[in-house]
Amino acid sequence: MTLSALNADVIVDQLNAGEVTATDCVQHFLDRIQIHNAELNAFIRVSESALEQAEAIDQRRKSGESLGSLAGLPIAIKDGICVSGQPTTAGSKMLENFSPPYDATIVERLKSADAIIIGKTNMDEFAMGSSTENSFFGPTNNPWATNRVPGGSSGGSAACVAARLAPVAIGSDTGGSIRQPASFCGITGLKPTYGRVSRYGLIAFASSLDQIGPMTRTAKESALLMSVIAGFDPRDSTSSKEQVSDFLTGLETPLAGLRIGVCRDHLNEGLDVEVKTKINDAISVFKQLGANIEEIELPQTKSAIAAYYIIAPCEASSNLARYDGVRYTFRAQANDLEEMYRNTRGQGFGDEVKQRIMLGTYALSSGYYEAYYLKASKVRRMIKQDYDEAFKKVDLILGPTTPTPAFKLGQHTQDPLAMYLADIYTVSANLAGIPAISVPVEPSSTGLPIGLQLQGRAFEENTLLRAAHQFQNETLWHTASPSEPWRTQS
Amino acid sequence: MEDTVLNPTSSPQSSNRRAVRFDDAQIIIGLEVHVQLDTDSKLFCGCSTRFGEAANSQTCVVCTGMPGALPVINQRALELSIRAGLSLNCQIARSTKWDRKNYFYPDLPKGYQISQFDQPICGPGHLDIETSDATGQARRIRIERAHLEEDAGKSIHDESSRRQDSKIDLNRTGTPLLEIVTQPDIRTAAEAKAFLSELKLILNYIDVSDCNMQQGNLRCDANVNLHIPLGDEQIATPIVEIKNLNSFRAVERSITHEAQRQFEAWQEHGLTIADAPKQTRGWNDHTQTTTLQREKEDSADYRYFPDPDLIAVKIEESQIQEIESQLEQLPADLRKLLAEQYNLKSADASVIVSQGRGVVDYFLKVADGCEDSKIANNWIGQEVLRQLNESNQTIEQYPVSPQQFTDLLKLVIAGTLDQTRGKEVLNAMVADCISPEEAVQQLGIKPVDNNELVSLCEKLIDENQDVVEQIQSGNGKAIGMLIGKARKINPNANPGLVKAMLSKMISA
Ligand SMILES: [Zn+2]
Repeated sequence: MTLSALNADVIVDQLNAGEVTATDCVQHFLDRIQIHNAELNAFIRVSESALEQAEAIDQRRKSGESLGSLAGLPIAIKDGICVSGQPTTAGSKMLENFSPPYDATIVERLKSADAIIIGKTNMDEFAMGSSTENSFFGPTNNPWATNRVPGGSSGGSAACVAARLAPVAIGSDTGGSIRQPASFCGITGLKPTYGRVSRYGLIAFASSLDQIGPMTRTAKESALLMSVIAGFDPRDSTSSKEQVSDFLTGLETPLAGLRIGVCRDHLNEGLDVEVKTKINDAISVFKQLGANIEEIELPQTKSAIAAYYIIAPCEASSNLARYDGVRYTFRAQANDLEEMYRNTRGQGFGDEVKQRIMLGTYALSSGYYEAYYLKASKVRRMIKQDYDEAFKKVDLILGPTTPTPAFKLGQHTQDPLAMYLADIYTVSANLAGIPAISVPVEPSSTGLPIGLQLQGRAFEENTLLRAAHQFQNETLWHTASPSEPWRTQS
Repeated sequence: MEDTVLNPTSSPQSSNRRAVRFDDAQIIIGLEVHVQLDTDSKLFCGCSTRFGEAANSQTCVVCTGMPGALPVINQRALELSIRAGLSLNCQIARSTKWDRKNYFYPDLPKGYQISQFDQPICGPGHLDIETSDATGQARRIRIERAHLEEDAGKSIHDESSRRQDSKIDLNRTGTPLLEIVTQPDIRTAAEAKAFLSELKLILNYIDVSDCNMQQGNLRCDANVNLHIPLGDEQIATPIVEIKNLNSFRAVERSITHEAQRQFEAWQEHGLTIADAPKQTRGWNDHTQTTTLQREKEDSADYRYFPDPDLIAVKIEESQIQEIESQLEQLPADLRKLLAEQYNLKSADASVIVSQGRGVVDYFLKVADGCEDSKIANNWIGQEVLRQLNESNQTIEQYPVSPQQFTDLLKLVIAGTLDQTRGKEVLNAMVADCISPEEAVQQLGIKPVDNNELVSLCEKLIDENQDVVEQIQSGNGKAIGMLIGKARKINPNANPGLVKAMLSKMISA
């Protein structure tokens, strides 16, 4: 089997066993990127030093040094996460020439596990979007149907794993930015509990919602990455001191007796008929695996999109204030300071980013703060209470990740509301701070991937990974790959 | 841009206003004081807070606002804030949080300042200040709140270059500031100065801040308006905030000037607090006037909201108690101690206490050692403070230890040394870093025995018959001339003993 067909855990085993060298492994994926990236635009940039690092690891292995748990494994990183000395743009013209002088905590951890960063992936500008169409570097195409979007904002990471341009990738999720593209691209994506993975070095969109997570083909690979990236970081005040277990153990523990909640409201209105069917089929699979399915209610989640589109832009309006042309950013020509601010931000940010900055600035303004930000914060607390109640009855909550499969490029660009609704099932987990995973179910009749979302209690990623892993053992939907050459789909 | 005139100056109201005297107006003052906390590192990162280093040499990804960098609270800054709050009788919050104050400025790298909006670390408190008015009563100035925030950087405008380049130094960015806000309880410019002096002294005593105003470690804004009696009414003038006062003198003078200006403006056009929003004026040290700052700066909407990068800080009762138990006596306690237990005049006690904790400790050791607090005060309050001042030294650098000073004063009290010789000994001790015994030896000081004294006095009487006659004819003061001559012949002769013996001989 070719390297690109193998799962990351198998690649690591082969590297450890000396069946393949890190250099060959990295070269293999670099070659695939070379061939396919022009069409997919999944990577903004390939790491120039990846091969050099691979050679160094082979050298160390040869000399008998003990190596990290991911030694030699290529990994793609979303371009909103800082890698020291490599351009990190967050998909924006504003940061086109920005090279951070430091590594994000997760990058530091991946490097010390001897993983090899193979490149930086495309994304919606500052992670604002659900299609990766809002990137300064152009849209990414979905490898399952290149005229369709890969989802967003971590669309580059999702597409490169689906197309096997990298075995695994890292994304970030503020309202569904890992899970929605995972769903559109037929891969597995985990948004961990808020605070589980350090945000240090993640270019902030909405700090109280942002969370970094793995994007992989299998749940087991996600567990493998989580074991490296999760855990307390003294540099992130919001990171949790909660004990981190080994995410790989317990994956095989049978699901018998596991209580899975289904919210009927989420399986009705606005949901694509085929998506509904495939999700119901998935429910049957879980029943076969011994889980008990129970109906639950999450009445406040109907307000989740509204609350999310207040809170996230409010935080973003402040988080993005630092891009002012004074220091490391793009700087526009101007005659005085105010003009410099105006021109820099006017020319440096794309439309969606400007729209959200304006939304947030407005909602935080005196006289509107109570009606918008405070009210949205209240809704957020009520959503969290809904989940607290639900998780007294069930261990997991199951539903669709997105209302439809991947839509076409340009389909929603003129209709922000339709675009925002792509996040309808995913934003609640961010608002409540709970973990959630998307895994592929049976594709649509036209061959587009469909995603199933499982949500769990805070810090119970293990349960999510275990359920997802056994579902994947049972169904094998996750093993499907888009065919090469890539096709379109009308 | 000057104030607009609403009422014509010739209206009947205007003549009523003209009849009011400035002295009838009451000045209402509230202060906002920014104090830099004495922490080694900044409020949200590990960078040093040292002053005067090369521009931008003390910065990191956090305090320069790099994408992805996150703040982590400095625990020491919290402790110092609690200590300051306790010393100002403030309620300490059990839970305090961080808010973002959003505005654009080139020396504000994140585009917002992390501050505290609605849950400051220190709630209401008060500070009693001594006043020089007739009643001599202490005045209680209520503190509204004190909150922690990060400082901004420094913009440097290079006017010399033809391009008028502006440069930014971010070394100061992120240094911890405690902003202490008073109620409008201050009534005179002198009281404002007294409040600041006492505040500075307290913060020095408790090692919270050196309050070095030259380095900008204590900055002050003053909110000023007037309450003016007009008939049965009390008229309040529009409130003016005077910004960035960086010396006590600037505080005092700007308030005095601003009160006068407001009074004249009110007489001119009669605008009251209801007619005009709060105005910001800047103090100009050269012209000694306040001038209107751009209106835009007043109307800023800072869009405060809770900082999602930081978590609320819970402060345990036990933590407050521990900090409280470590607090040493405050200046007011020490003034009381010196006045009541060491019998110092309150003015003398204030002088000692105002010199700082070190001088007080020095005084207490010497006073206890020599068992004469009056003499200790005379010598320390005058000689030591003068010497420190002249040599620009702190008490910690003073070459005479409290024990040596005690030994010196014991010699003075015992009469072994008179005042003059005592001071000579002290000077020698300071100059050569020697003990009083060594200084006595070096100066050749030794006791004069009685026979020697008798023959000295006989000699003086023989050789100065004219002076003796003056004394005998009732000019008692003339004896001083003889004493002076005695000291010239033998510097060890004790003037008191010489005088007694001469008097006895002359009158015999
Ligand atoms: Zn720093």
